[in-house]
Amino acid sequence: MSPKGQVYLFAILFAFTGLCLTIYKASVLHFPLLPNTERKVWSVEAKINFDAIGDPVTVNLALPETQQQFSILDEVFASAGYGFNMQDGDHRRASWTRNTVRGPQTLYYKLEVTEKLEKVLPADSPLDEEIVQPVWTQVEKVAAESLIRSARELSADPGSFTLQLLKMMSGQSASQDALLLQQTSGGQSTAQLALKLLAEAGITARMVRGIYLENRLYNQKADELVEIHDGSQWLVFDPRSASQGVPENFFMWQRGGRSMLDVVGGYNSRVRFSVLANDISAKAVALQEATSGNAALVDFNIYSLPIDKQTIFKLLLLVPIGALVVVIFRILVGLKTSGTFMPVLIALAFIQTQLLPGIIILVTLVAAGLWIRSYLSKLDLLMVARLAAVVIAVVILMAGFSIFSYKMGLDQLMTVTFFPMIIIAWTIERMSIVWEEDGPKEVVRQGGGSLIVAIVAYLVMTNRYVEHLTYNFPEILLIELGIILVLGQYTGYRLSELKRFRFLIDK
Amino acid sequence: MMFFDTIAKLKKKGVLGMNARNVAYIARYNPRHLFPLVDDKLQTKEAAKKFGIRVPDLFGVVRYTGDLVNLGDLLSPLDGFAVKPLRGSGGKGIIIISGRDGDNYLKPSGKPLSLADIRHDISNILSGVYSLGGRPDTAVIESLIRGLPYLLNYSFEGLPDIRVIVFRGFPVMAMMRCPTRLSDGKANLHQGAVGVGLDICSGRAIRAVQKDYLVDRHPDTEKDFSDLQIPDWDEILQLSARCYDMTGLGYIGCDFVIDEHRGPMILELNARPGLAVQIANGIGLRTRLEMVEALEHRDRHADERVALIKEMLACTPTQAASA
Repeated sequence: MSPKGQVYLFAILFAFTGLCLTIYKASVLHFPLLPNTERKVWSVEAKINFDAIGDPVTVNLALPETQQQFSILDEVFASAGYGFNMQDGDHRRASWTRNTVRGPQTLYYKLEVTEKLEKVLPADSPLDEEIVQPVWTQVEKVAAESLIRSARELSADPGSFTLQLLKMMSGQSASQDALLLQQTSGGQSTAQLALKLLAEAGITARMVRGIYLENRLYNQKADELVEIHDGSQWLVFDPRSASQGVPENFFMWQRGGRSMLDVVGGYNSRVRFSVLANDISAKAVALQEATSGNAALVDFNIYSLPIDKQTIFKLLLLVPIGALVVVIFRILVGLKTSGTFMPVLIALAFIQTQLLPGIIILVTLVAAGLWIRSYLSKLDLLMVARLAAVVIAVVILMAGFSIFSYKMGLDQLMTVTFFPMIIIAWTIERMSIVWEEDGPKEVVRQGGGSLIVAIVAYLVMTNRYVEHLTYNFPEILLIELGIILVLGQYTGYRLSELKRFRFLIDK
Repeated sequence: MMFFDTIAKLKKKGVLGMNARNVAYIARYNPRHLFPLVDDKLQTKEAAKKFGIRVPDLFGVVRYTGDLVNLGDLLSPLDGFAVKPLRGSGGKGIIIISGRDGDNYLKPSGKPLSLADIRHDISNILSGVYSLGGRPDTAVIESLIRGLPYLLNYSFEGLPDIRVIVFRGFPVMAMMRCPTRLSDGKANLHQGAVGVGLDICSGRAIRAVQKDYLVDRHPDTEKDFSDLQIPDWDEILQLSARCYDMTGLGYIGCDFVIDEHRGPMILELNARPGLAVQIANGIGLRTRLEMVEALEHRDRHADERVALIKEMLACTPTQAASA
């Protein structure tokens, strides 16, 4: 394959890989493509209270399962003095244990939850519930049977039957039979009652406990939904509104299974929930989601570095963007710069100093340096010694600059130290030779070219979208590499050549 | 669109751009390992002698700052000489001494330099100020070329030189570079020297350009360019064709000067010749380069190549004969 073909092959390969990784991270791992995107994160706190009687204590709490609408970002179990253990499996449960304790106890389980951006259909959970025939009194039995009968008449399948049943049990339209059952049930919830009736009707059903994610919810009991199996799948009903489907913002805690909380060695046990909504940067959420999902792309990433190293990389990842600007200016525009990548280094310094103070400092430094260098050139020094002398002069100038601006209260100009002094010294040396050889005009031309490229590179590098993308999608490096490879093959005219050769065109 | 229109017109004219020169010609036809032969003037001199190509005589070489102590002994017997950085480019750092005034050395402008001044300039050369990439360099002291009076009419102070672009051994385009007051006596076009396009067939001037504008006469000497015809033109063509055999570089610029007594000689070779020759000639290089590229590639003698390029450029025999 010809070198040109290889270049295009690699360029396409790099750019394509970079693009795919970027798209993957954006669409699957939900890293935001735009800066300052926020997502709602719910902090849910389950607080367990009970009074210990002085015996060994075991507290067993059902934990939220993987679910359709929400993903769990983080879990914390706070329980001073308790041993802790978690059982994984179909129904996750946490258990706290302690040898002897007396008096009121409080245990916390906190988790951070966020709404999933795309809904994944849950694996249909297996049909492991058995129908337990309920125990009724004679009166209840009659009422229950009449209720079931009238619901059957209005329905076609288990789903619509459940809906009718719940309608008859709720609100103003509640039937006499339902009211009677509610009165005699002794504080049982509508859901529990509905489950008994469904069992009576021979429909497999189970309880779904959970909470509504609403901001500033304090000390709430778990809400209850009813889930039935219609022979092929599980259907969820809300007994409160007598409607089908999981209500908006309902965070399912436990589907079926045993009780939510078991306490051995204590009484008066209860679990209460509090919810707080936070707006957290979408990136942080995506990061947590991805880490908990063990995405390799994120695991081997800049985020895994300590924060201070990350800041350095944030800057480093901008360098290729600056290099790209230089490549474009030199190959496509044909602007002369002094030193190939010196403009990038200057742009990096501008990032620290801000643009205007940076330009003022740089021009002053180079001008003063050139003046000093012009004297040094009369002293017959060897180049290395002369260059070193210029470096020292630059340091003195920088110190002077800092002190002067500090005394004057110009804090902005104190950032002078961010300029790489070796680069400045070398620039001064090169410029002074250009001055001697080609005159001051050429100095202004090359210096101006470098400054223009540096300013453009600075503007691109500090663009918040560019900054955000390079840092959060380092894969873009591959795209940049591809573009640079293609530009390296560009054999067309430079913009400046259109002017240079304009007299070659026939009128 | 003006913009695309300009590009299309330049393309049609066969104008070679910098990017195309770098990628399609220098990178493709100039193997990197052959560069030292042209970048190092001592190597060029030696190779040129082997191939029977005339070069200025070598008086001395200054490699280390310590050698500068003996500089006076080396220079005092000389009337005129040129000091050049070994790896310099673009005529940078060259000191020309054309006469003496007691202990002082005189530049062509008449400006006197003391031995200490020359020492300083040489120490600059040694520390690598003019070499590519700032590497420590060596200063070469050569015989001064006494220019042909006929050509000196077309020059202010400096010596006019003749640049021939040689592609795969074929001299494809040429120009004369005439120093002016504006260019400070240097043969550098972007500093204001006049570039005179030369007809490959005859060595006659095609047109003259100073800083992008056509000129009829030399701005300082008032000499009319339309009369200009380079003497010994066929020899220059032949020598430049042989530079290819000598260097093995496919795309080079050969810089000639014509000495009053010794005739054409090579001043230096350039593996990255600039594109100004197109402006001086008013013709794009690319058309001619592609013409040569289209030829069947086989070993040809330098004379054969010169004949072939003249044939391809449709030179009339009378033109060639008159040279």
